[in-house]
Parts: sequence; C-alpha cells; structure tokens
Amino acid sequence: MDDLLAARALFGMSLAFHIVFAAVGVAMPLFMVLAEWRWRRTGSEVHLELARRWAKGTTILFAVGAVSGTVISFELGLLWPRFMAFAGPIIGMPFSLEGFAFFAEAIFLGIYLYGWGRVPPRLHLASGAVVAASGALSAFFVTLANAWMNKPAGFQLFAGGATAIQPFDAMFPPGWAHEVIHVLISCYAATGFAVAGIHAWFLLREPGSAFHRAALRIALGVGAAAALLQPLSGDFSARQVAAEQPLKLAALEGQFRTERGAPLRLGGVPDPERRETRFAIEIPYGLSLLAFHDPGAEVKGLEAFPREQWPNVRNVHLAFQVMVGLGTLLASVSAVALYLGIRRRAAPPWFLRLVVVAAPAGFLALEAGWLVTEWGRQPWSVWGVLRTAESVTPVGHLAVPLALFMLLFAFLAVITAALLWRQIVPRRSG
Amino acid sequence: MSPADLLGGAILVALILYVLLAGADFGGGVWDLLASGPRKREQRALVEHAIGPIWEANHVWLILVVVLLFTGFPAAFAGISIALFVPLVLLLFGIVLRGAAFTFRTYDRQEDGVQARWGLLFSGSSVLAPLVLGVVVGAVASGRLRVSAQGAEPFAWLAPFPLAVGLLAVALFAYLAAAYLAVEAAGSLREDFRRRATGAGVAVLVTAGLAALLARDQAPLVFEGLTRRWWSAPLLATTAAAAGGAFAALSRGRVHVARAAAVIQATLIVAGWGAAQHPYLVVPDLTLASASAPRGVLVALLWALAAGGALLFPALYLLFRVFKGERPFSVLDRGLNGPSTPPSERPPSS
Repeated sequence: MDDLLAARALFGMSLAFHIVFAAVGVAMPLFMVLAEWRWRRTGSEVHLELARRWAKGTTILFAVGAVSGTVISFELGLLWPRFMAFAGPIIGMPFSLEGFAFFAEAIFLGIYLYGWGRVPPRLHLASGAVVAASGALSAFFVTLANAWMNKPAGFQLFAGGATAIQPFDAMFPPGWAHEVIHVLISCYAATGFAVAGIHAWFLLREPGSAFHRAALRIALGVGAAAALLQPLSGDFSARQVAAEQPLKLAALEGQFRTERGAPLRLGGVPDPERRETRFAIEIPYGLSLLAFHDPGAEVKGLEAFPREQWPNVRNVHLAFQVMVGLGTLLASVSAVALYLGIRRRAAPPWFLRLVVVAAPAGFLALEAGWLVTEWGRQPWSVWGVLRTAESVTPVGHLAVPLALFMLLFAFLAVITAALLWRQIVPRRSG
Repeated sequence: MSPADLLGGAILVALILYVLLAGADFGGGVWDLLASGPRKREQRALVEHAIGPIWEANHVWLILVVVLLFTGFPAAFAGISIALFVPLVLLLFGIVLRGAAFTFRTYDRQEDGVQARWGLLFSGSSVLAPLVLGVVVGAVASGRLRVSAQGAEPFAWLAPFPLAVGLLAVALFAYLAAAYLAVEAAGSLREDFRRRATGAGVAVLVTAGLAALLARDQAPLVFEGLTRRWWSAPLLATTAAAAGGAFAALSRGRVHVARAAAVIQATLIVAGWGAAQHPYLVVPDLTLASASAPRGVLVALLWALAAGGALLFPALYLLFRVFKGERPFSVLDRGLNGPSTPPSERPPSS
C-alpha cells in the first residue's frame, strides 16, 4: 500500500472514530446537567436516576474519547511531521487553549462523576455545567484549527516557511464562524437523536415508562432544536464557502461550468472526465439563489480552476448529498416533534418509530460533513500552501500501524457498544 | 532568559507534573499487576479508588507537553515524531489500553474472570507505557537520534541506555504510586504499601545507577550533568538526601513525610535530566534556539499559558481537595494513623 494513502487512511480512521466520542462529550454533559437540574428543582426521582445513568454512559464514552484524542495529537506528528513543522506555530494557539478546556473538562467530570454525595449539591451541578461548557469550548478551539487549514491566514510565506506569524489572526481565519457554529450544532443534533432513538425504542416496548419519557424529552428537545437550527447554519456556511472557497463549493455541488443562474443538484454522480454531473435532479437557479441569495448570480465552476487542484469531485459531492439529505430528514422529524410538543401530545408510536429510524442519521451526517470538508480541501492539507503529499512522514511501512490501529479501534468500538448496552438493558426502570 | 528558555522550562514543569501525577497512576497499575498476599483484593480496590476520579485530568499534562512542543518547537516535534515513530506508537497503545481497560473493568460484569482479564490488560499496559516513555526520553537525551527531513534510522532508540531509562521510569512511577497509596491506605494495607514503596525505592536506586553507568559511554551529556557541571554535586546531594529521607520516613511509618520526599526525589531526577541536556531539545541536532518558532509565537503562547494556569491550578486543587482529603498535599504526619478514606468506595453504585 502506498504510504501516503496509508497515512491518510490511518488519520481519517482515527478522526472518524474520535469525532463520535468528541461530539458525545460536547452534548452528553448538557443532557446530564439538565436532568439533574430538573431533579433538584422538582424532586422527580426519575430525573435523578436519569442523570446518574447518563453520567455512567458518559464516563465510558469520555474515557474512550480522551484516549483516542491522545492518539490524534500524537498522530499529527507521527503521520504529518512536515505539516506540523510548518503549521504548528501558526495553529498552536487554539490547540493550547483547547488543552486548558480539556483540563477543565477532565477535572470537573471527575468531580461530577465521583462526587455524588461528596460535594455540596450546587458545586455538583456547577461542575456538570463546567463540563458541558468546556466540552463545547474544546470543540470550538479544535474547529478553529481546521478552519485555518481550509482558509489559511495570519502569516506570510517566506522561503517555504512561515514568517510574520500573527497567532490571533490565524486563530480566526475568514470563514471560522460558519464552521464553528455548524460543528457545534451538529454535536447536539447527532447526540440528541442518537440518545432519543435509544429511549424511543424502550418506550415502544414499555409505553408507560416515566424514565424513558423523561429521557426522550430532554434528548429530543435539545436534538430537535439543534436540527431545526442546522439548516440556517448550513445556509450561512454555503454562502461563506461560496465567497471564500469557490473551488470547494463547485465540488460540493458538482458544478463543472461557470454559469449565471446555476441550478441546485439533488443527488447525481459527477463525472470529472466528461465534466458533467449526471442523474441529478436539477432545481433551476437553485444554487445561485442559495449560495448568493440572487438567482442570477455567477457560480464559479470547477473548470475555472486548474485540473490538478480539483479534489475528488465524486466523493465530495456524494458526501455532501448524504449530509444534506440526512440533515433534512432530521429537521423534518424535529418539525413533527415541535408540532407534537406545541399541541402537548404524548409521542404516538409511529413517531417513536420515526425517532428510532432517525437515531443514527445525526452521526452519519456528522461524519459525512467532516468528509466533505476534508476531501473538499484535497489535494491540500493547508489550502493553497502545503500539499498533503508534501506533509506526510518519511517513515515507511505505514500499512503496519494502520492495521494495528484498525484492530485497536475495532476492539474499542465493540467493547464500548457492549458496555453501554449493559448499562441500559439490565435495569430497565419504570 | 529568552522566551525559548522560558517555554522550555514550562514544558519541563508540565513533564514533571505528568510524572508526579499521571506517573503515579501508571504506577498504580504496576501495583495492580503485583498485588499479592492476603490483602490482594484490597490492594487492587485501593488503586482503583485512588486513581478513578483523577487519572483523566492527570493525563492532560501529556497533551499539554505535546501541544507546547509543536507550537513552540515545531522542528523538535517533527524530528522526534520521525525518529521515534515505533516507540511512540507503542506508547499510544499503552496509553489507550490502560485508560480503556481501567474504565471497562469498572463497568463490565463483576465476575472474577471478566475482572481479571481487564485487570491484566490494565496493569500490563500500565507497565508498557512508562517503559516506552522512558525509552523515548533516554533516546532524546542520548545523542543517538539524528534528525533530518529525509527520515531517520527507525531503531536508533533500541540501545541499552534508553532501555535503562525505561526501567527507571517504571520503577520511579511504581515508587511514587506506593508512596502516595501508603498515605491513602490505613492499617495493614498501609503496611503493604509502605513495604512496596521501600522496595520500589531500591529499584529506583538500582535502575538510576544502571542508567548513570551506561550514560558514561552512551549519553555523554547526561553523564556530564551528573559529574562535571557546577550544579552536579548539589543536585546529587539533594537527590540523595531526599531518597535517604524517604527511606527513613518509610521505615518509621511517617508516610506523609515519605511522600513529600519521594516527590522531591522524582522532581530532581526529571529536572536534572532537563538541566543536563540544556540547551539541547534533541541531542545533538536541535537546541531550544534552533528548533524554536518565531519569538512572537512564543510570547503569545507564554501569556496564554499564564492565563490558563491561573484558571487551572485552583481547579486542580479543588479536585484533589475533594478526593484526597482535607489537606491533599500535606507533608506532616499528625499522629501515626492519619485520616484516610475507606478503599471500598466505588463510583456511583453499579
């Protein structure tokens, strides 16, 4: 196997694995705190049980997230030393601040999880709130580093290296806001729907369970709110990508020709050889309208850029379609949830089934969206500055660590799933 | 003092804290592996109770070291990652399996067979991680690593001196863990860890002596630091005094004093290594100055560190205050049987 491909596969696999736990680490503490807060306010024992049980699941997920995140911080150097030698000083600021956010998360999670009955109630609840906030802050900082890779700023190129580095300019490159907002919302939507799906499944089997009803309310409440906001954030993203990364937009949309009044393509398979996207449902003027809020706006096509700078258009377009499709599904389910909530109706079985079906959609969309931004930036690791092929380590035989880490991640995934299942199943309570 | 020196110092401090805190967590795993005698089960329960709430926070010091290194000294981060690819991958396996197995054990079935399997994975990886970490440090200090963008000899680290430092790391982490656990235990369990601390203290002396002997030929800069610098004699004398003090305190059951002495001893060992190889980051190719990022980056980073530290240390104190008693860092023994928390407590009942 080609070493560059092995390095990309290993890093991609590590991130695809870690990103699930990272997203859970952002959202789950919020759920737990909401449940505990409700218990403290109303004395509802069901909510206490819920907070404790969610806290247990969070312990397992957080531990796996912490160690898989460590793998990534080392892999940055092990796989991409030339990228880090160049970019380390420029994007080190958000990573350093993320380090402190991670400290806060780990410290207060320890106090929260092991501190039941040991610390005063207010401190316990506040610790949970700090975990929730610092989890979101971690995601915020890490996403800033990714935003910089997509649109590098805050330095000047000189003789192949970076000079005149402005750490705080580099920390907030053009387009940082849309990416950060989109990622944060996705964490709440994905985790909310995954958790809601589990409890909906149990509610179908035990319709009277107050425990699962309480869980569904919190998880779906947060998840649905996020999923309804996400299309707005997506629109904001599309316009910023159109303005700042036109090549990526063209790849996302399978837009080969530069044209005014470009159509929006639903589905379809881009064919880079024939320079057209086939089998797509085209909505006239749709892309110009969405990307520039003007039906006559000119959209730059892939042809406006040199062929060797194109990403893999087929992959990027398909991943984008998957993300948007699943996001639309989640937003629709959320709209139904909102309607039921406003009418104050208990969730009927058909709706619970819908939530069960939608459970994995959030995480699939999150993974697809991450693939969109990473594939869409290729062949660059730092857009327009450093190619991925130039970033890779000179160490050979990378297929060996790839195989070893594959086994490790598969092992962790299986055990984590089994243990989470054990936490939920054996003591179903009413 | 240049910003590069200051940042180098900050990285060394983070590494020392990693050794003192996370090192003891790995050491706890060593004592899980070596649990023996009539109180085998209690020993393991104490280890689990002691590290449960804090190991994840302690682990973050390593992440901080990595981040500071790649931000402040990118050439060193790249060079080390290339030259020490194999041991660093092994270190990752140790770290991942230790953390995962520890958590999985707590939440898996409480049957003996299941628990024993996770326990073996937890304790085995608790030995592997410090061993390779020591090898990495030994290799960096030895001068065997040649750093270049073209690649490196993949097994340059596989030599007696780095391996001796690996053994020293295992012994030191086990020593720290036993010294801490002796404070946290009570009664005959305290006796167990008091004896273990003494044994591990001897192992530290033996492995440190071995590393020093090998350093003569294989790590000249370290050897020079031990023998020929102006601070060599005072450093050796203080470290020896701390070691002697720890042994004396252990033999008299003064566990708080012993813990403080062990902490001083470990701090001086790591700080001595840092002083010996100053100003080199990777001997002999990279110095603090030659591997450093531009000055503006270092200054911004130092300010961020100061701000972060101002928030971090009070939070850390709170964590230890909650889980390690009223005076978590006490160095005084008030009466022979100090307060301690029962080892039987587990995280929220499962």
